[in-house]
Amino acid sequence: MIEVPTDPFGLAPGPRVRPVHDEFHGDLLEVSMGPHHPSTHGVFRMIVTLDGETIVKLKPVFGYLHRNHEKLGENATYLASMPYTDRLDYLCSMTNNWAYALAVEKLTGQAVPERAEYLRVILAELTRLLNHSCLAGFLLQDCGCSGTPLMYAFREREKILDLFEALSGSRMMCNYQRFGGCRVDPTPDWLEAAKRLVDGYGRFLDEFEELLTGNEILMARTQGVGRMPAALAISAGITGPMLRAAGVAYDLRKVDGYGIYPRFNFRVPLGAQGDTYDRYMIRILEMRESIPILQQALRELPAGPILDSKAKLRGLRPKAGEAYGRIEGPKGEIGFYLISDGGPNPYRYRVRAPSFVNLTILEDLCLGHTVADAVIILGSIDIVLGEVDR
Amino acid sequence: METPEQIRDRLRARFPAAEVTLVPNPSPAAQHSLLVGAAHLADVAAFLRDDEALRLDYCSNVTGVDWPEKEVVETVRTSVPDPAGGPAKVAEQKIKRVQPGCLEVVYHLYSMARGHGPVIIRARTGDRSDRAVLPSLTPVWRSCEFQEREIFDLFGVRFEGHPDLRRILMWDEFEDHPMRKDYVEPDDYEWEPTPHDAVLAKAARHRTAAAAPGPAAASPGGQP
Repeated sequence: MIEVPTDPFGLAPGPRVRPVHDEFHGDLLEVSMGPHHPSTHGVFRMIVTLDGETIVKLKPVFGYLHRNHEKLGENATYLASMPYTDRLDYLCSMTNNWAYALAVEKLTGQAVPERAEYLRVILAELTRLLNHSCLAGFLLQDCGCSGTPLMYAFREREKILDLFEALSGSRMMCNYQRFGGCRVDPTPDWLEAAKRLVDGYGRFLDEFEELLTGNEILMARTQGVGRMPAALAISAGITGPMLRAAGVAYDLRKVDGYGIYPRFNFRVPLGAQGDTYDRYMIRILEMRESIPILQQALRELPAGPILDSKAKLRGLRPKAGEAYGRIEGPKGEIGFYLISDGGPNPYRYRVRAPSFVNLTILEDLCLGHTVADAVIILGSIDIVLGEVDR
Repeated sequence: METPEQIRDRLRARFPAAEVTLVPNPSPAAQHSLLVGAAHLADVAAFLRDDEALRLDYCSNVTGVDWPEKEVVETVRTSVPDPAGGPAKVAEQKIKRVQPGCLEVVYHLYSMARGHGPVIIRARTGDRSDRAVLPSLTPVWRSCEFQEREIFDLFGVRFEGHPDLRRILMWDEFEDHPMRKDYVEPDDYEWEPTPHDAVLAKAARHRTAAAAPGPAAASPGGQP
């Protein structure tokens, strides 16, 4: 029913409220967000059903980047898969490499020399800094804070990428870890540069937080948005900062103590509400915890070989068996499951990608929120389509 | 944490019909797993999750493994007694046997409450075509939802009781399951999915060509 406006030109005194044509009320509207949309962090689509502006149903659609990574892994030798793992989560190639190397080392019982263990920790924590900085920048971008925070974050990321480039020869596709160690030994200059970067990182975080953490608009946009109960997070297999933001203390660096992490003294920050603001804060706090780990590792880095002398890379044929190796990547638990039949290629090569599993509850988080909130909730999950689609 | 043998014994005591067997893992990882009969998989999973000592509340990794049927040559030795009273002769006989294929689903379970794991359970389908059915564990662990959809998509295991079993990585119109060992790649990825006359004809030709070699194409590595 259409009401005729009593004052169509808004000439009467008082608040100017025009009557709403109500004929659409209660109708649901289905909107396809993406796949080509800057807020979807890649080629990702959400089929959103809206009541007004409120989300009542959301179905994620992905697979646009699917290249059957696992099949590629089964048709390549163990070593040949290592550079492919860079392309999973292309922001964090160092941790992907490590997870894969760890799984193969478990399969073959390969030992890793001390210096390589330290280098792995250094590079994994640098990757964590890089990933979390980018996430914080992108999240602010998703909130509508165009450009500036992202550029601040990218400025720091650039410095870390320069380090990666100087060490491995490539900025993002590092292909650095090997079964039983690492590929290149850093020079003393590189270690000096890394020390300088780590020592200065706290200042960047101070600056970033000064601008953003207490910001009223950020709080208004993110607090209470996309709240995730701890029970749901555990059941849905959420890992990484997402899980800890919901208040569950589960960090594989503590639980599994893989590599040499038990030697480091660091805290695991936990969230209280499990909302988007907590997920932002967890990342900032994790970066603050990474800095002392890095400082300790750079200080204690022993001399020695970086690759075990018995390590076999080319022509590796592990005995028949299987192994599942997992590490705490910046996005959550990244695991590799390998089955060997004694041949040069894995019989089964499986990637447990954290972004993929973390997406399971996207709908649960978004229900009842607006479209604009769905964008920041997705941003706070921190997905990379390279590993979601594989 | 309890050893896999202890868990197996407890499961056998609790579910006598569940056919729980231990699958040893000879690699240095020594992550042994428990093979559970498909009929009791959901009950066993719920038990593992709720059991006070285990509390496996976190299902980390769910994945499929394809085991196509293969020919096994077995050597059977039978001792034939010598009628003359001398020492018994050993007769060797080689028997070819076709080991039936199946699809296997592997679950890596951990406990966030207790901080232990992994407990690995696996289940096998009856065969690779009609009886490729397993109960869905999504009602037990929500993290199975997308991963089971992925197994359905890439391996073709149908999960009964899954709330939303659709393809997840490949497009809906896609036929076949790319992660199977005998998968034949399309001739032309750009052409195949678009449903037009010439393309459909080409796809049909491809399919008949792929079907013609028969089971011989089931070589490991999926090469036609």
